[in-house]
Amino acid sequence: MLIYLVRRILWAILVVFVVLFITFLVFFKLPNGDPALRFAGKTPTPAMLDEIHHRLHLDKPWYIEFGYFVKTFATGDQYGWPGLGYSYNSFASVKSQIVYRAPRTLWLIAGAATLWLTFGVAIGVLSAVKRRTLVDRLAMGFALFGISAPVFWLGLIALYIFWRTLHWTAGTGYTPIAQGPGQWFSHMILPWVVLSMLYTAIYARMTRNNLLETLGEDYIRTARAKGLSERRVIFRHGLRASLTPIVTLFGLDVALLVGGAIITESVFNLQGLGWMAINSATQQDLPIVLGVVLCTATAVAFMNLVVDIVYAFLDPRVRYS
Amino acid sequence: MSSFSGSGTPLLDVRNLSVRFNTRDGVVQAVSDLSYTLRRGETLGVVGESGSGKSVTSLAIMGLLNRAHADVAGEIMFEGTDLLKLSKEELRTVRGRDISMIFQDPFACLHPMYRVGSQIAEAVRAHEDVSKSVAQARALELLDAVGIPNAKSRARDYPHQFSGGMRQRAMIAMALVHNPDVLIADEPTTALDVTVQAQILELIDKVKKEFDIGVVLITHDLGVVAETATHVLVMYAGRAMEYGPAHEIFNAAQHPYTWGLLESMPTVEKRLDMLVPIEGSPPSLLRPPPGCPFHPRCKYRFEPCDKKRPPLQSIPDGHPDACFLSPERKREIWKDRIGAELGLTV
Amino acid sequence: MSTTPEARAGHGPLVEVEHLTKHFPIKQGVFSRAKGVVHAVEDVTLTVNRGETLGIVGESGCGKSTTARLIVRLLDPTSGAIRFDGRDITRVGQRRLRPLRQEMAIIFQDPYSSLNPRKSVGQIFFFLNDTAPTEKDKKQRVQELLDRVGLSPEHYNRYPHEFSGGQRQRIGIARALALQPKLIVCDEPVSALDVSVQAQILNLLKSLQDEFDLTYVFISHDLSVIRQVSDRIAVMYLGHIVEIGNSELLYEHPRHPYTAALLSAVPRPETNGGTSTRQRIVLSGDVPSPVDPPNACVFHPRCPRFQPGHCDVETPLLRRFEGDQEAACHYPVERWPMTEEELRHPFGGRAAAESR
Repeated sequence: MLIYLVRRILWAILVVFVVLFITFLVFFKLPNGDPALRFAGKTPTPAMLDEIHHRLHLDKPWYIEFGYFVKTFATGDQYGWPGLGYSYNSFASVKSQIVYRAPRTLWLIAGAATLWLTFGVAIGVLSAVKRRTLVDRLAMGFALFGISAPVFWLGLIALYIFWRTLHWTAGTGYTPIAQGPGQWFSHMILPWVVLSMLYTAIYARMTRNNLLETLGEDYIRTARAKGLSERRVIFRHGLRASLTPIVTLFGLDVALLVGGAIITESVFNLQGLGWMAINSATQQDLPIVLGVVLCTATAVAFMNLVVDIVYAFLDPRVRYS
Repeated sequence: MSSFSGSGTPLLDVRNLSVRFNTRDGVVQAVSDLSYTLRRGETLGVVGESGSGKSVTSLAIMGLLNRAHADVAGEIMFEGTDLLKLSKEELRTVRGRDISMIFQDPFACLHPMYRVGSQIAEAVRAHEDVSKSVAQARALELLDAVGIPNAKSRARDYPHQFSGGMRQRAMIAMALVHNPDVLIADEPTTALDVTVQAQILELIDKVKKEFDIGVVLITHDLGVVAETATHVLVMYAGRAMEYGPAHEIFNAAQHPYTWGLLESMPTVEKRLDMLVPIEGSPPSLLRPPPGCPFHPRCKYRFEPCDKKRPPLQSIPDGHPDACFLSPERKREIWKDRIGAELGLTV
Repeated sequence: MSTTPEARAGHGPLVEVEHLTKHFPIKQGVFSRAKGVVHAVEDVTLTVNRGETLGIVGESGCGKSTTARLIVRLLDPTSGAIRFDGRDITRVGQRRLRPLRQEMAIIFQDPYSSLNPRKSVGQIFFFLNDTAPTEKDKKQRVQELLDRVGLSPEHYNRYPHEFSGGQRQRIGIARALALQPKLIVCDEPVSALDVSVQAQILNLLKSLQDEFDLTYVFISHDLSVIRQVSDRIAVMYLGHIVEIGNSELLYEHPRHPYTAALLSAVPRPETNGGTSTRQRIVLSGDVPSPVDPPNACVFHPRCPRFQPGHCDVETPLLRRFEGDQEAACHYPVERWPMTEEELRHPFGGRAAAESR
């Protein structure tokens, strides 16, 4: 088991390294243009361009460039670790921006993920057990709605109803939890629900299908033949075996939201990583975009590792192969 | 329905069992009007091919048929109670405790994600309120009793680390946890190698004697039946074709379907000049043929066979069968043709 | 119009296999390093005479299916030689094998997965397009084949899911016959079928053999079926041939203890029916893993006749007995039938040391 873990961690590091390389190629080596110009943002002065040339070692061979890039990333620059430089538009360090905004995104993901995992699986199980009854059809109808309704529309509707009309929640914006848990919660509850809708629907469908398939397996028949209660058969035997694809998907979904919850963050003005990324992209503020890309990549590599570990924990056949 | 020489009251008394499935394409009559009894110390071999209804019958006894899709009629008397009249919860207490079942493919029958020992312990705690350690100890005892070496360490293994024969032994152990009165074995050796098959059949026989239970052994293999069964029920298209003590079935079979099976089977004893197959294929259960379900494939069919269904009836000096041929004709055909060919006449 | 095996076999071997070995590497580790090897087929030597049926029998993992696939070159051997119709096909590349493929055909076990569900019966025979001048000719040829295997012409346009298991197997047989092969390898062709259908298919295979002068390699784990169809038999265990020879001789008097145990284990109807008084030789334990086979005689850990110091040290070679029978055993079975107790004592008493 330990060897398995070590192996997975090594792979994860390798993946991050590969992402760094591809990022480097994309941002530094795209033809047609001076990378310095790309990095300099909207209003480059010749002095800035010189500085960028020097700092990023753009006159040296590509492997030296890359070497410095990795070294700076790994060991840090004047702003600390990892070394991501600073934005030429706002002159704020990339790292500080990420540190400032990451908690919002992470809270958003944590809350939404908890909601969608709990409700998605629960609805899926209910649907599977009560297959073809009204409950099942309603649940799957809801699933269809959740998958089809655009997030921005849901978000605006939710704001209109729960904030504007009913005054139950706070509106757009974000309050850090330290400054007032009540306010924080009030700001987060709608984004959580709205973001999780789509995923709840997907997970409900997936759970339902997986569970139905599993319930047709021979070992379920054995469990019933032993005289186990139906509840035990469905949860301990059925659900347990259906979980593995859900876990895999969950890891990926969570990881991609790290820089990807763009619409939700924008509609609710949470100004998290996704929001920052899109704004920086439109303003051609490359260092920030790069920073967010690396965040997402690291999140994916990390979540893959977590998923693999959980997978091995769930399915002993994987452990012993 | 006559019952044979057997001591004591029957453990299991199936009376006029019928099972009907409502499918999208229509009504499938999987089992019709089936009756048999099982006593302690007996092994009833239920023989049939795919679609004969042999498995469905046992699933009905165990209450494992989905009541939403299946209509079950008749009576299944187990120690005085009609199982079909019990509620789902009451049936659950019978299942695994008084009547146990093992299935064909041990590869797929154990949960792949739980240790073998804990699955058996779970069976213990399904019907008895004992602690985990007591249940675990009982599981080890049984694994040992069914001949699994190093039971203590093997109980901590997962099913995929067991071989086919060992998995089937573990299944048997799991079935015996509460000392059931009846063990139903649905094709227990079909997926196993022949040398392992011999081990498992021996084990089932040993268990039957030691625990003094009744065994229902479902199979398509007449050889297995011949070696282990005390009584035989031959099924076709959901009905009983022939039902009697094993030695009578093999030395004086009465039904053309049984003859067909015996004639068409290759045997390890000698090379036959020709295998005599049963022509045609099993009937559709959606639209069964009129009269006797076997008549379209029967070499001996005559006038009444496609008009009325022959009931399961005893014949003098014989056992019950469902065929209109006269007892004399049946004996004649057996003596002159089938039995002589196969060397099975006494 | 059946010809006897002797008459057909007069023309020399069609297939010759010498010291055939196949190892499958087990890959593991980050860079797929080979961790070990599955000894699927180990030093197999056999011949198949023209017009005869060679049965290969053994339990799961013995290597019979792998051997069959090696013979028709669906797999590449690790070492050894294969000759078909006098030509060495051991290392021949796939392209040069193609014309040979017309002469060898294979029928598989599972009628449900060996036919492409998306192709109609006619489309399954697409490979005949090259040999038939027009579409109409091809259709006619296919319908002739369908008729010969007991199906009807209108089945030409149907899809596999519309057929029963037995019918699908017939389609598989027709497909094997289509290019008029000399050799057909049948890999458990009736194991997945109901008993009443088995007999139909076995009879069909027999009549086709007589009519088209075919040679069969018939693989099965079912000893009754093997006895019925085979002229000669090879018994395999853990990749080795432990016994090979004339079918009747083998069943009347098996020489290898494993063959004896196999024969003994087969359940059968008997003259006194019901609870059998027959004494069975029951082997203990399970078949060992082919990754780590036992030393010397691979059967020694389970053999009732095992003599320590001999069987686990010196590998027995195939030894010839009277008639067409060979077995690889230091203590072959002296007479048959024997009980397990009798088997345990070779030469009826103090064994090994004295007789060596």
